[in-house]
Amino acid sequence: MKADVPRISYRPKLLLGLAAILVLVFLALLPLYLGIYQTQLLTYGLIASIAALGFNLLLGYTGLLSFGHSAFFGIGTYTVAFLARDAGIHSMELYILIGLPIAALASALLGYICVRHTRIFFGILTLALSQVLYSLVLKLFWITGGTDGLRVTRPSLLGGTLTFTGGGAYQRFVHAYYYYVLAAFALCVVMMWVIVHSPFGKALQAIRDNETRARFLGLRIRRFRWIAFLISGTFTGLAGILWVPLNGVTTPDVTLYWPVSGDIVFTALLGGFRNFTGPIVGGLVFTYLKTYAVATTEYWQFLLGVVLVLLVLLLPTGIVGALSALVNKLRPKEKIA
Amino acid sequence: MILLQTIDLRKQFGETKACDGVNFVVNQGEFLSLVGSNGAGKTSLVNLISAQLTPDSGQILFEGKDITFSPVHERIKAGIARSFQIVNLFDGLSVFDNVALSIFSREGKAVNMAALADHDHAVRAECLDVLGQFGLRDKSAALAGGLAQGERKLLDVAVAYALRPKLLFLDEPTSGVSTRDKGQIMDTVSSVVRAGTVTAVVIEHDMDVVFRYSDRIVMMHEGRFLADGTPAEIRANNEVASILLGAPLST
Repeated sequence: MKADVPRISYRPKLLLGLAAILVLVFLALLPLYLGIYQTQLLTYGLIASIAALGFNLLLGYTGLLSFGHSAFFGIGTYTVAFLARDAGIHSMELYILIGLPIAALASALLGYICVRHTRIFFGILTLALSQVLYSLVLKLFWITGGTDGLRVTRPSLLGGTLTFTGGGAYQRFVHAYYYYVLAAFALCVVMMWVIVHSPFGKALQAIRDNETRARFLGLRIRRFRWIAFLISGTFTGLAGILWVPLNGVTTPDVTLYWPVSGDIVFTALLGGFRNFTGPIVGGLVFTYLKTYAVATTEYWQFLLGVVLVLLVLLLPTGIVGALSALVNKLRPKEKIA
Repeated sequence: MILLQTIDLRKQFGETKACDGVNFVVNQGEFLSLVGSNGAGKTSLVNLISAQLTPDSGQILFEGKDITFSPVHERIKAGIARSFQIVNLFDGLSVFDNVALSIFSREGKAVNMAALADHDHAVRAECLDVLGQFGLRDKSAALAGGLAQGERKLLDVAVAYALRPKLLFLDEPTSGVSTRDKGQIMDTVSSVVRAGTVTAVVIEHDMDVVFRYSDRIVMMHEGRFLADGTPAEIRANNEVASILLGAPLST
């Protein structure tokens, strides 16, 4: 029987890996040609892509629309801020090592409550719980700094090898931090790609497509959704951890308020949530779109709203979905013998 | 040897008695057909046994163990699987992935997120073997949603079969397909099931199919068992004939 089994073709994966390496090299070369502001903007874009990658494990692969991912982003940022202020830690690696388990724990707790429901009830629960957290951070100002938030100084990178003080420190930090975030981004992409192509990822897609049948394969639906929620929240938490040293400050309005969750949903819709690369592209495009909308007009929310409406009406599969449909259309059809 | 037994199983929906004190026995190794007119309670009985419904009262024993209130995943682990009246597949996944998921679930590998699904050689070999048995190997890369109805029916059974159950319920495996395809589907299903020494319970309306493939036939009517016997015994039962066809069954 085994001799009859065709060999696994590694060629598509090798080609995909090659394409990914080319993109990575391109991204690595970009700061050589970009100014400091553009490099910083690109770093924000990569961080948004990490958040969207995590979010899309729930939306695109599990079929659960969360309106509460700001909670995990905020938990990431505030963990770093507390570590810097209260523990005197200024190492990026320690921020990640301590911050990730905290984000995972928070995701596990919130997920345990939220995945008991699906559809609108799930969405409302995630929104409500995230806003409870927002209110707490806002009101407990003697701990959290209230509306003023908490400041975070520039951390050292690579176990203290890279520190940023003295003249030109900001420029050096932005430059080095871009590569730091790029490495984290590459790692996240690889990890998420393996997850969605693993048996677990297939099981999530099965649950998304047909919950009843998945149950009758013996899959424990709630447990799978909970694990997906945990991973999703942890990725978004990592995005928060990476974001705050670059921004220098975290406030409830910027990291925990519900529009932050809306931005993450927007990001996934913009890129396309039914394909793997959609959220990555969405994260980068949304960052530039929002930045330039804010810089161009005081009615930037209106502008983003119009973009969202047009997106849903004209490009329901997002940028990547539309591009892949276009490529399929232009590809020469195989002749039928 | 008795594989499954229900004792005085009852389920009521409002005034309607879907199962009215059903005492059902399935012996190991048999190919049993459950027949009856629409609303007789056949699917309700299978839903109760497979944990899609909870009984109002009564007991379900599988291999002598009480599973009346066991959750779905425990019954599947014990060896009970089912296919569905309306084809129930993962349409967004490939034919291969549909069957592979059953194997991953059975082997406890479905939670593995550190390896690629299509790189598990043992699962891949078994999956292609199962697809081959059901004549679907050439379609393994196709999306399940893109298959023809007859192929979808076969895949539905293959997904349940890949769980390697001891007892397999097939809810109308030939409904909605042409008369010609019915024969092909049942030939395939019965040969695979018999070769795999799986006990099968088939819900079926087509009496030609039932008489041709069954070792034993059980007839339900208004939530109760009306008749139980070999195809020859059922064929000779005038009460069955009058309920099913309004006339004696042809020989």
